[in-house]
Amino acid sequence: MSKVESTVFLALQANDDTRQIIEAIEIDNPHAVVNRMPAMVKIDATRRLVVKRKTIEEITGMDFDLQSFHVNLVSLSGNIDETEDELVLEWKR
Amino acid sequence: MSTLEPPKKLSLKEKYAQMTRGLGWETTYQPMDKVYPQTQFEGIKIHDWDKWEDPFRLTMDAYWKYQAEKERKLYAIIDAFQQNNGQLNVSDGRYINTLKLFLTGISPEEYSAHRMFAMLGRNFAGVGPQIAAQMQSIDELRHAQTQVHTISHYNKYFNGMHDFRHMHDRVWYLSVPKSYFEDAMTAGPFEGIVAISFSFEYVLTNLIFMPFMSAAAYNGDMATVTFGFSAQSDEARHMTLGIECIKFLLEQDPANVPIVQRYIDKWFWRGFRLLTLVSMMLDFMVPKKIMSWKEAWDIYFVQNGGSLFNDLERYGIRMPKYWEETVIAADRLSCEAWNTFYNYAAAANFNPWCPSDENMDWMSQKYPETFDKYYRPRFEHYRELEKKGERWYNTTLPMLCQVCQIPLIFSEPDDPTQTCYRESSHRGMAYHTCSNGCKDIFDHEPEKYVQSWLPVHQIYQGNCFNPGTDPTVDGFNPLAAVLEYYHFGPGDNMDYAGSPDEANWMQWKGLSKEDPTKKVA
Repeated sequence: MSKVESTVFLALQANDDTRQIIEAIEIDNPHAVVNRMPAMVKIDATRRLVVKRKTIEEITGMDFDLQSFHVNLVSLSGNIDETEDELVLEWKR
Repeated sequence: MSTLEPPKKLSLKEKYAQMTRGLGWETTYQPMDKVYPQTQFEGIKIHDWDKWEDPFRLTMDAYWKYQAEKERKLYAIIDAFQQNNGQLNVSDGRYINTLKLFLTGISPEEYSAHRMFAMLGRNFAGVGPQIAAQMQSIDELRHAQTQVHTISHYNKYFNGMHDFRHMHDRVWYLSVPKSYFEDAMTAGPFEGIVAISFSFEYVLTNLIFMPFMSAAAYNGDMATVTFGFSAQSDEARHMTLGIECIKFLLEQDPANVPIVQRYIDKWFWRGFRLLTLVSMMLDFMVPKKIMSWKEAWDIYFVQNGGSLFNDLERYGIRMPKYWEETVIAADRLSCEAWNTFYNYAAAANFNPWCPSDENMDWMSQKYPETFDKYYRPRFEHYRELEKKGERWYNTTLPMLCQVCQIPLIFSEPDDPTQTCYRESSHRGMAYHTCSNGCKDIFDHEPEKYVQSWLPVHQIYQGNCFNPGTDPTVDGFNPLAAVLEYYHFGPGDNMDYAGSPDEANWMQWKGLSKEDPTKKVA
């Protein structure tokens, strides 16, 4: 079998808290594919996916603590790096 | 400026560093090796525990804050669910059988994981992994509690769930998940964490929670979606621990690579076998289907696992041994499993059934290579027998695999019509395994696996009857005696058709027995 293309994903609960997070992810990751499933949303992206606090704050007009989205997190893949400003999921190769 | 100005807030990185670097110390009354004796014997070499990093950089204050929020959300919904008789809103009474499997086969393992991570938190010599393991230990206890609490509402209305803990330690097929966690718990701490955090949480749990929670939502089970998501929000952190522990071990010393590879090979295969139960949940047990087992395996193992192992190649790690066999088996697994439970309906704590035409047509579409050729004729044959009043039960106890403890029900990788079994010899005794994967595991640690508590052997040895049972009396019925020992009551086992659960469901929903799609006038 040939090698699969490396894809990271982030799955969030489908609710009012995540609607704008997902919107921000779509803005910051034009290559991402958003799959809407019953009760959850799974976002796939080749190689790298970034969630930026600033983009979420621009959409909501409110301060946003990036760690608060742990409450609505369902699953993820990739190497993870989180700071106050962004969460990055990435495969190195 | 005034000196009263508060100091600048610490960044996430700084806060995490304070907690995980500032709080540890080198012991002086006793050498570190004696304080952490279990870190030595596996051959894993750790040079610098401070290289361990939690990429979420979660500190205790944030942990408690978000965990409390998760609990508040969960219990508000559970109250609403109970008060509004949410159990009546699921797609069909058959659906409840997935919860019986979940409560007896998975929730007790959350508790096992709680125990195991408490031990890991004690045994690792670095503060980073100690804290991560302690948080996970608390998470797992929360999962066990919230699951038991949520499903307890279903227990008021349906059979099979009343003695879940008692059954977990006795019922034949529940020894599969039980022995899996006991195997991990009795390994060294490094094998344990690779087993559960990496091979299970990171590589395989998506197969349980992603399609199952979506299916629960699709089948109207508000309670399960809620506890599932509440647990799952912790799971993402556990998965992160899984990938971090692998990278940490591989980066610490090149000598760790072959040891870790063997752990990955072993626990990937153990985990794949464990997920057999999930395959039949997706393909046969949820009335409204969300995706097939094969589709789930393709997304979550072939694609997602493939990406992971591309990444790990830089350390010299390859795909888990025998992964190709799991792809071949994807076409057969759920049928082989559901057939077994149909055969042994008398001894399961839920109510199986012969698949409907609609289910079989869906299977033909999802499994065009195998379903019509190998499995549809068998299910149709069972159905014919049922119609003639000759419902067939298998009354012979099966041979179990010495490692995964599943009956030898799987087929040869190159021939779906042949049962696969392997034999090993140890100290003059023969031991049987279900596959190349399980045989390798046995052969590497025979002294561990010869001790397996195999339910079938135990029944034959007379160890699965209540105290005072006399198997020598006339007309002794061993099956009935075993079911008593399991605490099975009427309605816990046997077919869904004709079960008390079915009768109750029909009555509550006002459905006609002759045509369940019609309301009784």
